Amino acid sequence: MAMALRLYLLLIVFVSSAIVSFSLYEDQVGLMDWHQRYIGKVKHAVFHTQKTGRKRVIVSTEENVVASLDLRHGEIFWRHVLGTKDAIDGVDIALGKYVITLSSEGSMLRAWNLPDGQMVWETSLHSAQHSKSLLSVPVNLKFDKDYSILVFGGGYLHAVSPIDGELLWKKDFTAEGFEVQRVLQPLESSIVYVLGFLHSSEAIVYQIDSKSGEVVAEKSKAFPGRFSGEISAVSNDKVVVLDSTRSILVTISFVDGEISFQKTLISSLVEDSGEAEILSPLLSNMLAVKVNKRTIFVRVGDQGKLEMVDSLSDETAMSDSLPVADDQVAFASVHHEGSKIHLTVKLVDDLDTVLLRESIQMDQHRGRVDRVFINNYIKTDRSNGFRALIVMEDHSLLLLQQGAIVWSREEGLASVTDVTTAELPVEKDGVSVAKVEHTLVDWLKGHILKLKGSLLLASPEDVVAIQEMRMKSSGRSKLTRDHNGFRKLFIALTRAGKLFALHTGDGRIVWSTLLNSPACARPSGISLYQWQVPHHHAMDENPSVLVVGRCGSDSSSPGVLSFVDVYTGKEISSSDIGHSVVQVMPLPLFTDSTEQRLHLIADTDGHVHLYPKTPEALGIFQREFQNVYWYNVEGDDGIIRGHGMKSSCAGETADEYCFTTRELWTVVFPSESEKIISTLTRKPNEVVHTQAKVSTDQDVLYKYVSRNLLFVATVSPKGAGEIGSVTPEESALVVYLIDTVTGRILHRLSHQGCQGPVHAVFSENWVVYHYFNLRAHKYEVTVVEIYDQSRAENKNVWKLVLGKHNLTAPISSYSRPEMFTKSQSYFFPQSVKTIAVTSTAKGITSKQLLIGTIGDQILALDKRFVDPRRTLNPSQAEKEEGIIPLTDSLPIIPQSYITHSLKVEGLRGIVTAPAKLESTTHVFAYGVDLFYTRLAPSKTYDSLTDDFSYALLLITIVALVAAIYITWALSEKKELSEKWR
Amino acid sequence: MAPILRSTPLVALLVLQISLLFFASTLPISSGSEDSNTITGRVRIPASTAIGHAAKFSNIKVVLNGGQNISFLRPDGYFTFHKVPAGTHLIEVYALGFFFSPVRVDVSARHHGKVQATLTETRRSLTELVLEPLRADQYYELREPFNVMAILKSPMGLMVGFMVVVVFLMPKLMENIDPEEMKRTQEELRNQGVPSLSSLLPASP
Repeated sequence: MAMALRLYLLLIVFVSSAIVSFSLYEDQVGLMDWHQRYIGKVKHAVFHTQKTGRKRVIVSTEENVVASLDLRHGEIFWRHVLGTKDAIDGVDIALGKYVITLSSEGSMLRAWNLPDGQMVWETSLHSAQHSKSLLSVPVNLKFDKDYSILVFGGGYLHAVSPIDGELLWKKDFTAEGFEVQRVLQPLESSIVYVLGFLHSSEAIVYQIDSKSGEVVAEKSKAFPGRFSGEISAVSNDKVVVLDSTRSILVTISFVDGEISFQKTLISSLVEDSGEAEILSPLLSNMLAVKVNKRTIFVRVGDQGKLEMVDSLSDETAMSDSLPVADDQVAFASVHHEGSKIHLTVKLVDDLDTVLLRESIQMDQHRGRVDRVFINNYIKTDRSNGFRALIVMEDHSLLLLQQGAIVWSREEGLASVTDVTTAELPVEKDGVSVAKVEHTLVDWLKGHILKLKGSLLLASPEDVVAIQEMRMKSSGRSKLTRDHNGFRKLFIALTRAGKLFALHTGDGRIVWSTLLNSPACARPSGISLYQWQVPHHHAMDENPSVLVVGRCGSDSSSPGVLSFVDVYTGKEISSSDIGHSVVQVMPLPLFTDSTEQRLHLIADTDGHVHLYPKTPEALGIFQREFQNVYWYNVEGDDGIIRGHGMKSSCAGETADEYCFTTRELWTVVFPSESEKIISTLTRKPNEVVHTQAKVSTDQDVLYKYVSRNLLFVATVSPKGAGEIGSVTPEESALVVYLIDTVTGRILHRLSHQGCQGPVHAVFSENWVVYHYFNLRAHKYEVTVVEIYDQSRAENKNVWKLVLGKHNLTAPISSYSRPEMFTKSQSYFFPQSVKTIAVTSTAKGITSKQLLIGTIGDQILALDKRFVDPRRTLNPSQAEKEEGIIPLTDSLPIIPQSYITHSLKVEGLRGIVTAPAKLESTTHVFAYGVDLFYTRLAPSKTYDSLTDDFSYALLLITIVALVAAIYITWALSEKKELSEKWR
Repeated sequence: MAPILRSTPLVALLVLQISLLFFASTLPISSGSEDSNTITGRVRIPASTAIGHAAKFSNIKVVLNGGQNISFLRPDGYFTFHKVPAGTHLIEVYALGFFFSPVRVDVSARHHGKVQATLTETRRSLTELVLEPLRADQYYELREPFNVMAILKSPMGLMVGFMVVVVFLMPKLMENIDPEEMKRTQEELRNQGVPSLSSLLPASP
């Protein structure tokens, strides 16, 4: 009884609480949310497999992550995400306890403690020019303190003490035209060799004393011809270079400081040779050269003589060489054959000695092997065992050992470029996908446990059992649609061109598919659109998504369209469209009879192409031909252009689905004072519940809700840089609202002394944007709400009754809008990476802003905090309406971090999608990590919470019924005795 | 009187000198050209505020100008930004579980990269760049322990309490009423025939 009261009471408290903030109890973590940690595509890997202690591998990745992974399970021991401009050039282990990373083009050297990832020291190295950056940790140094770390970067060679990062000496190599190619330090030698090319035609070798940094000797020799810059160091006194014609290999030996060249024609090594390319793996006394789509191994003899020893097919990935026992050096190569990959470890000196040959079944959707790193261990029978860490084309990371995949990590998900949502299939009658609780007894048991938990009577074991039960809640991870729309798929496109479907319930990968194209081997993915979402017609069709890709990195390279079935993950079709892709425009509301959505794709020539290429789609499009407008933003020139449709393309190459456009309007921003830094429109699929907003004094405001509004932010060219590079007087931020049909500027707002970056969100009739105020030296958030003035007269009830209102008048972008705006600014105490807004099915639920902070957390901020109607002293009526007294800065309530005590490292974007239940919205955040949660901005007013105790309700009812019967019996008895008296 | 008066400027001078010395030792002075100033500071988390999740230095990031540079902390809590141009910058500290005020840092071009720091949230200027959290953040709601009083104090609890009073205490009160008076009232009621609500009220005749 008391508990029922308490529940009821809680309900009352929730409903009546003035400011609803997102909040979570610690035991609710993981019930609705999940978090996945990634590192990105691995660039370097260094194994640390000493006999004692945990075996680990240190990796650095393309997402600027340095991480230590458990070699047994692939879990992350620790990781650090460096800044976006702090790309890692090299990683190694020194003294057996420090991880050394070189980053920022060789100008930042850091040491991290190997067991826990604490930074030990940091040294900024002087750099004067762009150059190769080379990190060389001498082999001896791995354990011996007497040696120093050699770093070449920015034109200087530095020697750094591994103990405290102290700079021991530096040597200037910034001479004009001189390019350092290799820094070599032979084992147990105190001489460092620095080899460089002067004007690509003269080889110079400096011998430097490794203790003092003095140049001991300098030798140079001119080369008749030019070097290409591709180089491979084959031993401590020899390098092999390719010349600029790419047909001659030059061996440069510098024994005792004497330089000698030896030229070898590639055609003398292999027949029908074309242009050659030296591959990166470092092999001792050998190099790998790619010629004619084949990889050849060339042995370098003692006298610098080259001979070909082996050749492999092109699709082979190789590791660097690795010293194994008895002065032998081995290397691994991996090649594909059907659905299998073959891992071979051979001795470098004797390619016929195969130390290991394994074949492993490999998922087709991982693509080819990109990189291999090997490590050896001594087996119990004293022979060498090998483990190989391989990076696949889809960026996934796998550890192979003893012919099996020990673990794998889907690192492609660290570089998500676009996300969309998709529904799961409907549950068919009679097909039970997952078994629900079996019996009533089990059901009751579960609920009694829950009851105990909510009464706080549960023992620790019970608590564990309850938590487990909640986590494994059968409904969570089913592969069918649910009534509330809580189960959905998030389709994520990654930079590697792989598509993943993630289940909202538990975050597992339902399917993944690597995109293929007939035109090129691996197109890069650009964006993702919902192509076919059957709901009225064509119900038996599976929904599908459109993936727009590109063959190559240039924007003028030909595009590729791929259609993927959402239920199965199968690629339905893929087509090479033969024109470039600049902009993809889904046409709103236009679908054909099979519910395929019409899309326009603009190319670099200014033509637009209609998809799908069917006569039916063409017919639909022709009907609306005059009403289709589009715009493009030329950010560099500061021009926004609006276009209308003109006619079909003329010309022999064009088909009937190609159209020319005419320019309707241009907005040109003065380049000397304004530079476009941000543009934004509303989400096309956003639902607005009501156009009218009733204020406290019974006044009605009409929202100006238009799909054709563009928010543009410009800043003075000087202020386009970083904070600190400009004074308040020099910078101004101007924001515009532009109608994209007519090009009319509806509103302009200028912020003097402010600068970017601008992060904005546009929803319904309001824009919220975040920028930096230089005068106050704080971040600011401004809200602009747009209201329709022309409808403001419709307040009079009589006018409505008599029909003298203009509410039913059609809205046209051509009619001059009478609108007014309200705006207000607040301080915000954090840098922001991205802002999103919650979206619900009908748009009734109040909205929350989701602010991704620079600390990689996501803050849910109620829209009521950014309401221009806030005043310092709201009247009683305004307070009742929920207007919060004005404060100069927006509050950060720690409980409203939806990521609670987690971080979405490297946060890049937040995607929201409505659930079927009006109160609830899905939130998916991506960066290096992935995070998902379900939010109810106004609490779940339309459903019972998960922890609602049905058993308690049942027990209460039973108890009440029993009480009624007992009291009834008692009263009967009493009445009888009364009568007898 | 006189000696004290005389000594005051001396003391002031001494204080000034000490503070200057302190200033010089804690705030860095740049070396080299104008745009290669170095900002060095320290993050300190008082042991008393470290709650729940351990405040590990390895997970703290210091961000310059909203992401232009990211620095990490050494074991002693020090951080450094290298190659910072002269001007006004913003430093933010991100540590899970704590809220730090952003710091406005002025790097002087004239005074060899002398650094002046001000907390932007509290407008407090710092004599040395030691950053402490403004508050510790608790990300979870605390479950209130089961409390009988809280339930009784609630509106529902009061209602139930009132009902209990009516059901159990009213009969007891009735018993205390003089039986004769009771009889008289009952007779009056009987005389009136159909009892009406108004007759039950004590004000009625």
